[in-house]
Parts: sequence; C-alpha cells; structure tokens
Amino acid sequence: MIGNRTGLLAALLAATMLSSATPAFADGTVKVGVLQSLSGTMAISEVPLEDAELLAIDQINAAGGVLGKQIVPVEEDGASDPSTFAQKATKLIEEDKVVTVFGGWTSSSRKAMLPVFQRFHNLLWYPVQFEGNECSPNIMYSGAQPNQQALPALTWAEEKGYKSYFLLGSDYVYPRTANLILKKHIAHDGMTLAGEEYVPLGGTDFSSIIAEIQQSKPDIIINTLNGDSNVSFFKQMAAAGLTPDKLPVMSFSIAEPEAKAMGPSLLAGSYTSWNYFQSLPGPTNAAFVAAYKAKFGANSVVDDPMVHGYEDVMIWADAVKKAKSFNPTKVRDAAVSLGFVDSPLGEVKFADNQSMVQTGYIGQLQPDGQFKIIWQSPGPIEPQPYDPLTFPGKSCKLH
Amino acid sequence: MKMRVNQMIGGVVVLLGAAAPWIINPYELSLLGRFLALSILAMGIMLTWGEAGILSLGQGVFFGLGGYALAMHLKLAGLNLANGDMPDFMVWSGVSALPALWYPFANPVVSLACVVIVPGGFAAAFSWLVFRRRVGGVYFALITQALALAFSTLLISQQAYTGGFNGLTDFSTLFGFDITTEGAARVIYWVTFGFVLVTYFALRWLLMSRYGVMLRATRDGENRVRFLGHDPVPYKVVAFGIAGALAGIGGALFTLHSGVVSPALVGVVPSIEMVVWVAVGGRNILWGAIAGTLLVNFAKDQISSALPSLWLYGLGALFILAVSFLPAGIAGLFKDGGGSARVMRRLLSRKALSTAE
Amino acid sequence: MHESAFLLGQVFNGFSVASLFILAALGLALSFGLMRVINMAHGEMLMLGGYLAYMTLQIVPGPLGILVAMPVAFLGAGLLGGILEWAVIHRLSARPLDTLLATWGVSLVLQQAARNLFGAIGVEVTAPRWLNHTVSVHSGYFKGLDLPDTRIFILIVAAFVLGGIALLINKTRLGLYVRAVNQDRATAAAMGVNARLIDLAVFALGTGVAGLAGVILALLGPVTPTVGQNYIVPAFLVVILGGLGSLVGTTIASLMIGLFTALIEIFVDVSVAQVLLLVFVILFIQIRPQGVITVRTRALEG
Repeated sequence: MIGNRTGLLAALLAATMLSSATPAFADGTVKVGVLQSLSGTMAISEVPLEDAELLAIDQINAAGGVLGKQIVPVEEDGASDPSTFAQKATKLIEEDKVVTVFGGWTSSSRKAMLPVFQRFHNLLWYPVQFEGNECSPNIMYSGAQPNQQALPALTWAEEKGYKSYFLLGSDYVYPRTANLILKKHIAHDGMTLAGEEYVPLGGTDFSSIIAEIQQSKPDIIINTLNGDSNVSFFKQMAAAGLTPDKLPVMSFSIAEPEAKAMGPSLLAGSYTSWNYFQSLPGPTNAAFVAAYKAKFGANSVVDDPMVHGYEDVMIWADAVKKAKSFNPTKVRDAAVSLGFVDSPLGEVKFADNQSMVQTGYIGQLQPDGQFKIIWQSPGPIEPQPYDPLTFPGKSCKLH
Repeated sequence: MKMRVNQMIGGVVVLLGAAAPWIINPYELSLLGRFLALSILAMGIMLTWGEAGILSLGQGVFFGLGGYALAMHLKLAGLNLANGDMPDFMVWSGVSALPALWYPFANPVVSLACVVIVPGGFAAAFSWLVFRRRVGGVYFALITQALALAFSTLLISQQAYTGGFNGLTDFSTLFGFDITTEGAARVIYWVTFGFVLVTYFALRWLLMSRYGVMLRATRDGENRVRFLGHDPVPYKVVAFGIAGALAGIGGALFTLHSGVVSPALVGVVPSIEMVVWVAVGGRNILWGAIAGTLLVNFAKDQISSALPSLWLYGLGALFILAVSFLPAGIAGLFKDGGGSARVMRRLLSRKALSTAE
Repeated sequence: MHESAFLLGQVFNGFSVASLFILAALGLALSFGLMRVINMAHGEMLMLGGYLAYMTLQIVPGPLGILVAMPVAFLGAGLLGGILEWAVIHRLSARPLDTLLATWGVSLVLQQAARNLFGAIGVEVTAPRWLNHTVSVHSGYFKGLDLPDTRIFILIVAAFVLGGIALLINKTRLGLYVRAVNQDRATAAAMGVNARLIDLAVFALGTGVAGLAGVILALLGPVTPTVGQNYIVPAFLVVILGGLGSLVGTTIASLMIGLFTALIEIFVDVSVAQVLLLVFVILFIQIRPQGVITVRTRALEG
C-alpha cells in the first residue's frame, strides 16, 4: 500500500489537456448550450426532448439563423445527476461561452443550475411542468405551473361531478407539492379527500394501496406517479378489476411516448392534463409533427415537454431578433414583451414572471395511443408560481 | 534508489497539485477539486475493502451524511432565524417552524464537527451491529446496499426536513465568507488538496502501525486472529468508522465544490460506482485509490457527453476486467515484481487456497 | 368493506408479494448456497425474462402466449446464466466479493444492451384476458374481499416452482450431487462428483428460474432495461434472512418480508416501510445471524 503518487501527476496532465475555450461568436456563428440527461434514469425522457430542441435549432439555421449568425448547439450530458447539471452548466457558460442554455427536466436539476445562472447572469430555458414555488430572473419557465395543469384537471373533474378524490403519487417533490395545492382546493371547493398515498420512485408494489382505494371508494384517482411505477399501477389495477372505465384515473405524467410504451390497451379511457397534445388541431402543430416525424421516423410521437423545448428555442430566436442582441438580460426583457405568438401549442406568450401563458387541455387516451381532447380551459391561463390559496402572500414580481 | 525516485515523483505531484489554480482554468480546477474530494472517500474504501476485506456498497450514505451536515448549515447561513425565516423548500412543504433537528446546524462549528462525527459514528455503530454477530463478507456488502437504498428513499420522502429529491442547493456564505467567488473556489480547492494530503499521510502511518498489521491479519484469517486471542471486531469497526468519516469529509468538500447535495449521490448506483474507482486504481495501494478516482471521473466527464451509450458499456467492462484480471488495479502494475507476474501469482495463490478449504 | 376483510386482504397481499420475492430470489439463493457467490446480474435475468415474454407474445399472441413464454424465458435465461457462469463466475469463484463486483459490471452491460435493442422506454406485455378477473366474497364476515386472479395465478406458479425444485434436489441423482457438493465440496469431488459441472448446472437453473420469474413480474409491472433493479435489493434481503441456500429458508424469509411490508404499510408510508424493513433485517440478524435455517457444516469458514 506504500508507493509513489504518479497517479495524481497523470490526472493533472489529463486535466490540463482538457479542451480550451473558444469564443462564442466565431465566424458568423453563435453558441447555445443544450443540457439534458443523455445517460442515467432520466435519459428516457430527456433524449427526445433534446431531439426537439435540436430540431428547432436546425429549422432556424435553415431559415438563415438569427441576426445573420448560424446557431451552434453545444451538447452536454447532465447524467440525471443534479451536481453534474450544475457542473456542465458552468462549463457551458465559462468554457464554451454560450449565450443561453436550453435544458433540465427534473426540478432537482433546475434547482442545482439556478445559482450558476444567477452568478454568471446567463439565461436557462426550462421546458417541463413543475411544482412552482420558484421565480428567478435567470430562468424562463415554459412548462406548466400548478395552476396550468393540476388545477385545470381539478376544475374539469368538479365540472364532471366527481366529489371524492384519491391522490396517489411517487414520493418526491412534484407530487407532494401538487397534492398540497390540490388538497387546499379540494377542501376549499367542498369536495372530499378519499385518501393520499405515495410510493418510492420506481416502486412496483401497489397491492396495499389498491386495497385502500377499494376501501375508500373514490370517484376519481389523481395520479402523479412517475415513470415505470405507472405501468405497475395500471397493471395491478386491471388485475384487481379496476380498469379506467370503472374507476377514472387522471394522470399528470403520462404523455404520448409513455402511453405508447405502456400499451394503450392498458390505459385506454384514462385521462391526462397537459398544455399540448399531439392531436391538437391547427397548421402550426401539423407542420411541427410532420417535421419531427420526417427527422425521427413515422412511428415517433411528440409530447408536451418536447414541444415546450422546441418552442423555447423558437421564442429565444424571436426575442434575440427583437432585442437585436444575444445578451441574456436583453433577450429576457424582449421575451416577456413579445406578446402572443403562434405555436404548436396554440397562442402562447411569456408573462412578466417569465412563465408561459398557455391553455390547459384534458385528453382521454384512445386505443390508438393518441389523446382525444375532451375539455380545454376557457382561454390561455396566466401562470401563478405561487398558488394564492396554499401560499398566501407569496408572489413573483420580476419586471 | 527506487525509494528516492518515488519520493521525487511524489514531490513533483504535490507541487503541481498545489499550483494547479495557476496552471488550469477555473472550470477544470472545479472538476479537479470535486474529484479530489471524492478521492478522500476512495481512500476510505481502500482502507476497508483493500486492507480490512470489508466491501461496503453503501459509502454513498456516509458521503451524503457529511454533505448534508454541511449543506444544512450553508442553507441556514443566509437566514435570519430569530425572525422565523426558514429554507424555502420548507415553506412549500407546509412546515410552519424550523424543525428542531436543524437548529444545531445554524452554528458552523457544530456543523463541521457533524461532518466527521455523524457519518463516522453512524458507520461505526452500524458495522458493530453487524460484525458483532460475525456476519460479514458478502452479507455485509448486501446489507450496506440495502442501507443505501433505504437512506436515499428516506431522504427523498422526508421532503419537509431534507429538501427531498431536489436536495439542498443555492449556498452563499460560510463563516461569513462569500463562497461563490473565484477566489473562494481556489481556497476551497486548496483546503480539499490539503485534506487529501493529510488523509494520505495519516492513513499511510495508520496502515504501517500495529493496527494496520492486525487489520490485514483480520482480513486474511479472521478466525486465526480469534484463536490467537484477539477480538477482530473492534479493528473492523474502527476501520469502517474511519472510512465513514472520510466519506463524510469528502461529501462536505464535494458539496462546497458543486454547490448542491442531493439524494442522487447517495443511492445504490453511485455507491457502487465509488467502489469502481478503487477497483480500477488499486485497492491495496493508497495512491491508487486517488488515481483511480481521478481517472474514472475524468473519463466519465469526457466520454459520457459524447458517447453516453459507450460509457455504460465501458464502465461495465472496466468493472469486469479490473476485478477479474487486475485485482491490484492500475497501481498494482507499478509495484515491485511487475504487473502481470503479480496478477498471475495472486490468481494462483487464491486458487490454491480455495482447494485447501 | 369490513375491517376483517381488509386485514385478510392485506395478509393475502403479503403472500402475493412473498410469492414474487420467492420467484425473484430462489435462483439467487440456490447458487449462493452452493457457490457462495452473489450474482448482481440476477436482476437482469428477470429483465431478460420480461423481454423474452414480450418476444414470445409477438410470435404466439392470444390467451396461451404467457404459458409458452414461461418455458421460453426459463431456457433463455438459463442459457445466458450458463454462459455467464462459464465466462466470468467460475474464474472468480474463490473471491466472492470480486464476483459480486464483476457481475455488477455484467448487469450494466446487459442493461445497456437491452436499451440499445429495445429502446429505453420499455415494451408492452399485458396479462392475458383470462387473468383479468377477481375472486370476490359477496357476503359473510369477509364481505367485500377481492382477490385478483393474476395474483392467485402467481401464487400457484410460485408453489409449482418451489415444488419442482424441491423434487429435483431431494429426489433426483442431480439433486444428490448438489447436496453432496453443498455439504462438502472436497469430499464430493474426491468421490467422483464433477463439482465444476454441478456449479454450472445449478447456476443455470437459478438464472432460468429468474427468467421465468421475469415473465411473472411482467404481469404486474413494467418491462424496461432497468426493471431488475427494482426487485434485486429485496431479493438480497431474502437471501440474507433465508440462510445458506435452503429452499425452506428462502420461502420463510420471503413470507416474512412480504407479510412484514404488507402489514406495516397499513400504518406507515411505503417509503418508511422500506426503512423499517432494513431495521427489521438488522434486528433479525442480531438474533439469528445464520438466517432462518442454519445449514450444519463442518467448515469453519463458509
């Protein structure tokens, strides 16, 4: 065990040979960062999201770029680990000198990157629905706030006449916070809470929880399970004779790709709430879906976070054009003053709190794996990072 | 003569390490700092696995305990507790007042003490419970893996007290100093580097002492040690406690470098990856543990972005090859007697042992 | 629903979970008992079983596909297990901790291979229609009790597998050799038993059972590249509690863990239940460090 220390030397040499910095504005190009998990547990969701972001960059470049410059994406792997996200964000900003970064999926990755973007006064575009309760001038939040996904689902369910709610989720931040908000509203609206249960991430056994559901007999289950746990839950519900037509289930994290992989036969008839479905009408969405399929195959499907990632890039380019600058602060100010733009999601814009104003839709899964839109909010919903009923007195004022 | 050369190489490495802030750029420095922090943990694994024969697949737990102990203080450092301020995640988890568990961590000295005492003490107590019933070997490895799973599940589920899946992030000051500046990054690097050196020399001394001899004796023949009238349990418990404390120190330093601590680093998979570093570097050679940690992590940083799928194949293959054909790791190749001859001898001797039993 | 029906339902659920653990852990326990090695890629044998079920159902759709899938998965996983034993494990047999690490490397490679072959998001395997019913109690003390056919089916399969292995070990010549090597490897070898071949056979048998278990697990859970990881830690706990390679020990340990989780989950969160399970295991080894069933052996170091 006693020897020399040549290992350190080798590592130091390796460190000094790491790539050196190049300027962001070399010969008519501008660098942007694309930071998603290409490995680890989140790669399954984040790789298609990155594809959508890169598709938008390709389209902008094909149309001549922005401010006469071609966009060069610098791709990094967040490896499903928050500290890696923070490390790679630093690398993108400090070494690659990117003008902005598109990326992140989990709240933990966003939370870890937030101080980095604040320190370097850069801008992160975050495309996934989340639990709110955060408001940073250095992040553009295009995914749904709780009042754009969870609460519209509750409104729809109440309109449909469901009185008794069972909340089931994976045991982590988003389900716990979303359910905290939902519980306040369920009580406030005079509805009853039949039960609330959590399973650890990746949990596979639902026998006890299904027994509890059978005992408490709710009208509807609000499901915030994540990933594979959904497969276990729906299979075990079906085994217990509780198919979606007998006991409705409203899910917040099942979109087109998950439905396709889990098998539409298992889920058909269940509901989800999103701000985008592949089945949305309109030429802009049709063009987007066609472009995606042309690049990634006719069998590929798109979902809400992917479209948000795509639209983030598009709005960034619009904002750059309006600001006539790549400076993150100027781009951010331009982005919130753009007004409504046409997008695959319909008419959207960024509000002053840097979250997206967008419409809420309820879809019902069809046997072909697509969602039929059965309800939509009366108009685009203003984003509320802090739910007034649950967190009174908190608000987000940035501009 | 050989000794002289080794000392000179060592001196050059130490000098280069100390001068690193002027040699490499800030981003590379932060990477090196992180990986050096991890190498402190790796030296602990070398102590338990290589020298004591105790394989732990749960070092992430102790790493996490150290990281959280410091992060809890960093989270409170900017708040006015007398005013009833709380970390933001508690507010939206529906907590009304700062939990009692958090109060001691408002004090930086208590917090720093906990970085060492909590993981070290917990590791010692946990291992004592298992070893005192003479359960060890493969069983111990599996139990520590279950511990890693249980601990990360607990951290994630107790969101109101731990920050849950998001972990703790957004730190600004320690002892009143701003820790986000470039100057602070250098100081943190030097502190880390200092800890690596101190750990290295302290363990080197420890392993050459009578204790080290007893530890190796326990590894090679626990029952023979018992027959000679010694109780091997305290030796193993102390080794595991030291490894736990080192993991805690590594975790705290890593948290300072990366600005975040989260359950992602304490679970089953990261815990077992930590063993890979040591397996690759060399489980019986102290500097091998450091070199393996730096090598695997720099490789991961470079390869996983470009070729994520290749990285996973590579990591798997690295594991199989390192433990099958290179049990002494890369460092073993540099030892007296040459690499391959040693490997063969080792394989043959173990084979002989197995038939004797 | 009546309280007593709920409680009985939980006991049934405990048995149901235990039957999954038996299937998931049996192969692990068999090879651990014989060779003292832990195969960390055991979870990937479950995963392989799930994918073999998926492929079988592509070729043999319809109600009986799942019955065809079980032997296919048994043979497929057994074959891969045999290769694994021959290529990696027996080379490391004197170093159990290194075997554990090397097989973890194997599990990483297998997961990534599944990802490249079938995609990261998993494939669809659904229970046949004839399992989508429940046995319900409509009157009496246990009114409202619903027992899903799928779970009853799994209990029956687990019982058959256990019975089959017990017969194999206790009544056949191969079983005699296995018991001989288990008791005293050197003496058995001296009496002309090819211990090397017995190791290979038992390991392949164990992974084959895991493949079969993978088909069963696919009825209640996902089929993804990482699915094995979800079951592997409980399976290890079963092995720790069960003692060395005893069928009875494995069964009792699975029942203990299944019932413990099902009943504790009445009172606490699933996450907390997982922590309490570990505490339970640690407390248990304070009382019985050798596990439920102690195998008598003359060797000092096992």
